[in-house]
This record gives sequence, structure tokens and C-alpha cells, in this order.
Amino acid sequence: MSEEANEPIEVLRLPVELEYQYTAGESASRFLRAIKRGKLLGQRCPVDGRVYFPTRGCCPQHGVPMADDGSVELPDVGTLVTYSIVRIPSENIPLDLPYVTIQVLLDGADTVMMHVLGECALEDVHMGMRLKAKWKPEEEWESSVGNILYFVPQDEPDAPYDSYKEHI
Amino acid sequence: MSSPREHSLTTSHKLEYGYKRSLGPVLSRFFTGIRDRKILGARRADGTVIVPPKEYDPDTSAALDELTPVGPGGVVKSWAWVSEPRRQQPLDRAFAYALIQLDGADTSFLHVVDAKEESAMNTGMRVVAAWSDQATGAITDLSFVPESKNSREDAN
Repeated sequence: MSEEANEPIEVLRLPVELEYQYTAGESASRFLRAIKRGKLLGQRCPVDGRVYFPTRGCCPQHGVPMADDGSVELPDVGTLVTYSIVRIPSENIPLDLPYVTIQVLLDGADTVMMHVLGECALEDVHMGMRLKAKWKPEEEWESSVGNILYFVPQDEPDAPYDSYKEHI
Repeated sequence: MSSPREHSLTTSHKLEYGYKRSLGPVLSRFFTGIRDRKILGARRADGTVIVPPKEYDPDTSAALDELTPVGPGGVVKSWAWVSEPRRQQPLDRAFAYALIQLDGADTSFLHVVDAKEESAMNTGMRVVAAWSDQATGAITDLSFVPESKNSREDAN
């Protein structure tokens, strides 16, 4: 702030920081190892057969463990369930404004994932759009959902409302 | 059959909120004073001085806008020794948090005494402000050191 040496101080920066080690656990580790190879892994509940994405240790509805062999590989295509156009910057999000955050229901999954939409004019965004993941170059893949840069609209008819209405 | 189990993946995370606080007219003058190496208190209607200053009198709720310099010396009213500072604490070596009643003030100011050793601390001791080389207008521009003959001369 030395360049403002004579200006009154009117604002104080007070960052709150928490640094910690995160251990993913067995189930999320399986998901993260798979996405490093470009595969999207969900997991099937042994009680009602619903597919949760990403994999998790137990079914949140029935409280039963999800066995390793319940893993389901999902395609990188799905349906836009809902979205929000973001016009307010945030220091930790390196995207150009405005951008579109979306909830995507991957084909074969029963839970949505949050991501961003790309290559689409704002006025064209709508619920039910069919989408496909745009991946980073394979040599840059790591154990991160960030391997998917964004989702891109597909040239195909919208999904019927009934196919995704329970996820809104 | 389950596949052989692999160990869990681990990564470091950092959660951060980049708060900015608008200081308002009174604390803005206080922090501008800190940058200019002055400690300011607020004078109440009865003549007593509150450090750090408040926007309103805690008893009468009257707006306070008369700021007056206090210190740079003062008396330690109470203290606690921090033998192993954490990364985000003000100093990277052992120090004391202390309530310091600055000369000219009627309240105690919570701040840091860079005393080197716990045995150098005692209630009632005199301390004096020591300023960091970098004046940024933050409360960490300042710490206190035990007052010695030399530090008295520095302060003058």
C-alpha cells in the first residue's frame, strides 16, 4: 500500500484461512483414480438400484454400504437439469464473466453433478439441453473433476421434462 | 469379489474467505494513525480516553469523534505467554499477549509484547511501542517491547 502512503486507510483486508489435509476415503479415491483415466464412476445402491455419482461409501438414503462391485461407469453425456448465469466475480474462480453454472444429470445416473457450460450463447441456455463433457488434453489429466473443462450443448432434441424433473 | 484395497488419496486444501472490512470514520482515523506511527484513542464527554477508539460511547451511546494521541509507552495490566506461536500469530517467536494501558488512556489495549523470554514479563511493567519497518496501516505494524533506558530515548 506504499503507493497510497498519504491516503486515509478506509478498508482493512481480513482474510480468514484454514489449511488442512483432506483424505478422500476408499470410495471417493476410487472415483478420483478413475477420473484420472478419463472414466466417470458412479455406484449403485444395493437396495433400490439408484446410481449415485460420484461414488460414495454408503447409500445416503438406506444407510447400507455400497460394495466395490457396485461401481458403474457412466458416459460423459447427460441433461442440463438447471442452471444459473453468474455475473459477479469471485477471487477463487478463474472464469471469465458471465459464465453458466449447471446441474448435469449424466445418462444412467440418479444424482446430478455441478459444472459449467461452455460454447453456448447465454440466450440459448435452457433446461433439458443435451450435453457432452469437453475434456482437457489427456496428458493433463489428474485426479480431479477439473479434467472436464466444461459441458458443451449437443445437436440433438431436448430431454423430456419428466426424465429429469425429480432432480430440479 | 472386492478388488484389493488401495490406500486413500490425500491432498491439501485451503479454505479462505478474503474479507474486506470498511472501517468507518473513527477506525479509519485510528488505522491511518497506525500507519503514521501514532496510536489514537477516543475522548469521551467525561474526559476519559478509550483505546482503541470506538464509534460510540459504550455507556451513553454518544457518538465519539474526538481522537487524541496516547502512548507510545504504557503499563501491562495482564498478560499471557505464548511459548509456541502458530503460523498466523503476530510473531514467529515466543511472545506475550498483554492488556496494555497506554499513557493517557483509561482502558487497556490488547496487543503483543515482544519480550523474548517469559521471565521478562510481569504485571505492572512498562512497555513501549516498537514499529515495524513497513507501515501498512495494519495492527501488526506495531508491537510492544519492555521499556528500557534506550527505548525511552527512542520514543522521545
